Amino acid sequence: MSGSVLVHATDLGSLATLDARAWREEIANRLQDGMRAITFFGRTSGPTAILTCVLADSQYRLLILRTEIDPRQGYHELTTEFPSLQAFEREMHEQLGLHIAGHPWLKPIRYEGGAQGSMSAYPFYKIDGKEVHEVAVGPIHAGVIEPGSFRFMCEGEKVHHLEIQLGYQHRGVEKKLLQGDARRLGPLIETIAGDSSVAHAWAYCASIEALAGADLEAGADVFRAIALELERVAMHLSGMAGLSTDLGFLQGASTYGRLRTIAINSMMQLCGSRFGRSAVRPGGAGTRMSLAMTTELSGNVGLLQRDLAIINDRFASSMTVQHRLRGIGILSRNDAVQLGLVGMVARASGVRMDARQMTHQGIYKYVPPGSPILEEGDCRARAHIRIEEMKASLTWLKEVLARHPELLPKQASLGALPPNRLTVSIVEGWRGEVVHCLETGNAGELIHYKIQDPSLRNWFGLAIAVRGNEISDFPICNKSFDLSYCGNDL
Amino acid sequence: MTLFKAIRTRISQGTQYIPDLRQARPKGFRGLPLIDATPCETECHSCADLCPTQAIGLNPVSIDLGRCVFCKECEESCPSGKIRFTSDPRMGAANRSDLVLKEGFGLPAIRPSETLSKIFGRSLKMRQVSAGGCNACELELNASANVNFDLQRYGIEWVASPRHADALVLTGPLTRNMREAIRIAWDSMPEPRFLVAVGACAISGGLYEAAAGVDRDFLKSVGPSIYVPGCPPHPLTFANAILDFLMPGRK
Repeated sequence: MSGSVLVHATDLGSLATLDARAWREEIANRLQDGMRAITFFGRTSGPTAILTCVLADSQYRLLILRTEIDPRQGYHELTTEFPSLQAFEREMHEQLGLHIAGHPWLKPIRYEGGAQGSMSAYPFYKIDGKEVHEVAVGPIHAGVIEPGSFRFMCEGEKVHHLEIQLGYQHRGVEKKLLQGDARRLGPLIETIAGDSSVAHAWAYCASIEALAGADLEAGADVFRAIALELERVAMHLSGMAGLSTDLGFLQGASTYGRLRTIAINSMMQLCGSRFGRSAVRPGGAGTRMSLAMTTELSGNVGLLQRDLAIINDRFASSMTVQHRLRGIGILSRNDAVQLGLVGMVARASGVRMDARQMTHQGIYKYVPPGSPILEEGDCRARAHIRIEEMKASLTWLKEVLARHPELLPKQASLGALPPNRLTVSIVEGWRGEVVHCLETGNAGELIHYKIQDPSLRNWFGLAIAVRGNEISDFPICNKSFDLSYCGNDL
Repeated sequence: MTLFKAIRTRISQGTQYIPDLRQARPKGFRGLPLIDATPCETECHSCADLCPTQAIGLNPVSIDLGRCVFCKECEESCPSGKIRFTSDPRMGAANRSDLVLKEGFGLPAIRPSETLSKIFGRSLKMRQVSAGGCNACELELNASANVNFDLQRYGIEWVASPRHADALVLTGPLTRNMREAIRIAWDSMPEPRFLVAVGACAISGGLYEAAAGVDRDFLKSVGPSIYVPGCPPHPLTFANAILDFLMPGRK
């Protein structure tokens, strides 16, 4: 067992490979019945492509549907009927050369392989008209952030359409993960999206532990959850500081920024790194929290609770801040569901989903974390959901630290990885669900590693939310989504 | 009412800047490693075998901080306790070869650049470009301008355009898809200018050396003047490297 994380391991021998037509029909039927796609990916196997769709119901019960097809023949697209699949189908087309007949927009997700270096040749959508003008931004932005390109089609000041071009950060993580010992990928995993190191590392470890039959001690599970909540608090503070800067609310920028230092320095005391590097390793290696560390951490949590209340009150009662955020970048609940958005962005649009609340074991089961929901779906809701989530995480940390003053779990032993297995692990990181799928081959070697950062799905939500707003609203819309470039580009 | 809340926030903020960045030692930080000069008890080579970036050389043991990702696998696996990480954040270098740490020695101090410190010793404007950086280096570089580290006190600031910049600060292993943009940014910068490589990825490719999406050709034509190791580097590592290189006399 792997504690608090949803992990699903399947013996590929017992997983039916469906005929392409039946497979497509089954996916459509299940989506029609209200299931949603957690991930959907493919790999090449000799001349054929093996496609895997992982669906979940509202209780996170998973259904895995697999087919094997000739990539040149492919299948007929599902995106038009189910827009939540748009990024997955584009990705499969890009990675496998898979023919997806009738797909409305097979734009590359990240320009990998032979398409590298051809990004500037991409023809963006054009709109003709006297009042229409285009604004190009990026790939280098006017701040210390990652690169990505945004093309706005405007009518006057109003954004009619935003096209997002990503891939500049593409390093080739997925290929790199297939080299070397599968149980020693921790450092690389932590750089998939460096601001979500703990979430990705936990998803990786949960899958490896499920494969290697490791019996993780409860203390290691608690330790990971503490690190994950610290990461959530730290990144929400970072996001609030950034949003405050974009709003011209300097007191917010400096105070949230200062509080973030406390959160990441607490993380540093747990593991030596302000980003949780090396905190989470397969089997719980290196996990240790002494009484002195807990006392100090608990003190820092108290400090954050006290000072956060003061700045949150200031943020919520500042007329200019609230006025600037309210009604901007609205993403309706319906759009969020249709586009398959996840995490805090979805929860700020009234969609109830949080993988932490669906676990059947581990610390999140015994001390359930609060998972606030806001209905408005505007920039204000996406700011305030972060405030509420920070409060919930700090309350949770306080209680868990009081229950577990000392964590000194023993390292669980890791056996060899068994052959022909498929695992899916889901961790609710601060942005939303982080999904890792691992597949082993005939000798237990890793033959496929599919990573999915929540950003892959949520970027399209930003493009939709900006429509109809002023172009000057874009920076705060972008910051309110706070998505990862490298998590998308891999 | 709002005014009172502003004052209350200001009081809660207190005074946060670190008075002396050169003396600060972040508690619990895994920084500069030291290699003990006593011989290995066994010939196990576990440190080199487990290192994810081949940063460790043997006979005698050395660590290339330009490759090290500070994962502590070497420290934990060593039966002789030969490698020990300290909380010292001062790890910058002006020469690539200075980053190779040897048995029984620390890192050599950075020799200030006479020409560059004459020009930029009182004001330095930097443009940051991420080319495959995972957002950890970027967040730490942002933090160097926050209320704690406050690099602005030295006249060191981030600027929005390469045309306003004296230094280009690169993070990430340099991706193929950013090759054109990096070149344009560099070409847009007025001379005199220099390059800073931040993090194991930028310095050596780190975990992404020879990865499918990486293209480091730019560094063949432009060499970094300062190297800032780490994964990610602590803001103090960055601050100290810049200060030692350009502003040696300033407090």
